Amino acid sequence: MDYFFLTISLVKIVALLAVVLGMMNYTVYAERRISALIQDRLGPNRVGPAGLFQPIADAAKFLLKEDFTPGHVNKFYYWLAPCLAMIPAITTLAVVPFGSTLFGVPMVIADINVGVLFVFAIASLGVYGIVIAGWSSNSKYPFLGGVRSTSQMISYELSLGLAVIPVFLLIGQLRLSEVVRYQIEHGWMIAPFVGDWANPHKWLLAIPMMISFVVFTIAIFAETNRLPFDLPEAETELVGGYHTEYGSMKFGLFFLGEYVAMITGSAIIVTLFLGGWHFPSIPDGSHGWGWGLVNIFIFFSKVAVLLFVFIWVRWTLPRFRYDQLMRLGWVFFFEIALANIFLAAIILAYFPQ
Amino acid sequence: MAITVSRPKLNWSERLYLPAIAAGMAITIKHFKNMLFGRTKVTMQYPEEKWDSHMPEHYRGAPALVRDDTGRVRCVACQLCEFICPPRAIKIIPGEIPAGDRFAKVEKFPHEFDIDMIRCIYCGLCEEVCPEQAIYLRKDYAITGFTRADMVHNKEKLLEIGGVMHGVVLKWNEKK
Amino acid sequence: MSALLFWIFALIMLGFGAAVVINRNPIASALSLVMCFMGLSSLFMSLDAFFIGIIQVLVYAGAVMVLFLFIIMLLDLRVETRRKTNVVAVGGGAVVALAFFIQIFFVIGQLSAAKQPFPPLSSPKVDDVHSVGLLLFSNYNLPFQIIGVLVLVATIGVIVLSKRELR
Ligand code: SF4
Ligand code: SF4
Repeated sequence: MDYFFLTISLVKIVALLAVVLGMMNYTVYAERRISALIQDRLGPNRVGPAGLFQPIADAAKFLLKEDFTPGHVNKFYYWLAPCLAMIPAITTLAVVPFGSTLFGVPMVIADINVGVLFVFAIASLGVYGIVIAGWSSNSKYPFLGGVRSTSQMISYELSLGLAVIPVFLLIGQLRLSEVVRYQIEHGWMIAPFVGDWANPHKWLLAIPMMISFVVFTIAIFAETNRLPFDLPEAETELVGGYHTEYGSMKFGLFFLGEYVAMITGSAIIVTLFLGGWHFPSIPDGSHGWGWGLVNIFIFFSKVAVLLFVFIWVRWTLPRFRYDQLMRLGWVFFFEIALANIFLAAIILAYFPQ
Repeated sequence: MAITVSRPKLNWSERLYLPAIAAGMAITIKHFKNMLFGRTKVTMQYPEEKWDSHMPEHYRGAPALVRDDTGRVRCVACQLCEFICPPRAIKIIPGEIPAGDRFAKVEKFPHEFDIDMIRCIYCGLCEEVCPEQAIYLRKDYAITGFTRADMVHNKEKLLEIGGVMHGVVLKWNEKK
Repeated sequence: MSALLFWIFALIMLGFGAAVVINRNPIASALSLVMCFMGLSSLFMSLDAFFIGIIQVLVYAGAVMVLFLFIIMLLDLRVETRRKTNVVAVGGGAVVALAFFIQIFFVIGQLSAAKQPFPPLSSPKVDDVHSVGLLLFSNYNLPFQIIGVLVLVATIGVIVLSKRELR
């Protein structure tokens, strides 16, 4: 039994890593193509059919570049930082249920009872990579990028944490698979028309859920340093931000780490608000392994749609000024999330089902 | 004098930013859609499609030496272009035309004439300064090479690019 | 299996705990402390106390230490790395620590409470989030609220004090 569990977990970890890393590469490609299309260009379309092999060429370029270390950096930490940027983003995926069941095995690596807290805890470690990169580079721009990122991440972690509380008030569990199960039974958090749509209580609850969803999504944007919150790496102000002094694959790790963080963030949004791997009228994995695969596919399709939104927003909105960013985080989203908790609590207490 | 730019007063719906954000997203998705379905067409697939036929007459490509209708290299190695060239891309070694030649009265010809195309900034000053109408900026723009030496155009290369220039003043043909 | 993990994480914790003291570079010390917290939280998790373990990471490693690091970096403390080791102070400190260790060792050896057997839990997989929450909001509701007010007062006080200094 124990060995069975270990083997299955290892297989799941390797498979999920393969899927996510492949997805990461193609998110970079999608980012380049979509940004190009938005700007009336074409984007990379030369390597392979429609440029589909571009990620391979990119990876080869990153790996073959000269891997130099500037003389003025703090060597050990300079090497450590890129790894620290990549690892938390991947680790978070361990608790996300990415499918129903396949041959009776639940498609989640570690279904722990503090799922969402685990996500926040590991995500909050992501800031170390950036801070250490900024500090060990021993140069002004990376340092400023690191400092900015620290305060930005801490500020937005608050709204992030507060925004999900209504969801857990409703469900009474922190386990992410419970969140998905609830949504299968009662309809998606922000889409009450899925499931028993005639229930007015659900429509009432959809209001705080919608607010939660918006605040949470925006906070995820800030946490992953995506535009309009990409101040830690604002090219126009900080050259390249915290990775100014990095080259070749070490830069690549930062770059790809950002995309993995995006995928992880989208996966969590999907799990919390968009029904996880569930889609109306599609049965779960207990009806055969084909449906299990379909469920996994649905999950990653939802993630892909959210990734498209990430990219779309990036190529539309301008960057915030730093004080605006802080104001928005502390004065606006923090308050909204707090008021939203009260709203959800009142609805739950005084308008029982 | 300091100028104070007054910021416009925003009403509450403008301060919410959401309508503006939505409008912006609508614009970008429209561009995305049009591009995806090939309704916008602005990009030229470079090596297959070239814009050579659209190139204007005054295009400043690679500088090159020209011959006139009689096939004479027009440069007289006065070295004015070498002198004016801002990045000092031109190097000329003049030679003397032997006494028996038909154009012996010209006295000098470029024994060697190198333009370092890594340095050249396509400013066109050489063409402008030349008193002999001997150097012109032609329409060649794809100048490539694998080494630095490849990127130096010598006299043969320059004459090959330049070709024959018709309709220039042929003053040396009449003068005694 | 879990005994092996216990030793690994305990070693990580103790090793990095020692590194906090030994390192001359304050940043290295702070990062060692983070690693120490990670080891501690892993120990909690190996006891199935996921909630405490995660909170350990979330609060200490994820928030408090980031702020520490932030301040250390901004202050740019270079003095500490340049100072020479004071052999007498280190020796004295070691002796005191050793004395404490021996004391604790013997006291625990004598203590009868340390020898009591711990019966296995009736249901090993308890939902610790629920039990912590229930305990906090039923038995200890008043102290919890009072602590909340105290922390709020402290926060407001800090802000008022730091703002006054600006003027
Ligand atoms: S175009 Fe300008 S830079 Fe180039 S050779 Fe002529 S004078 Fe020099
Ligand atoms: S190209 Fe013209 S300016 Fe240059 S040396 Fe020859 S004659 Fe003189």
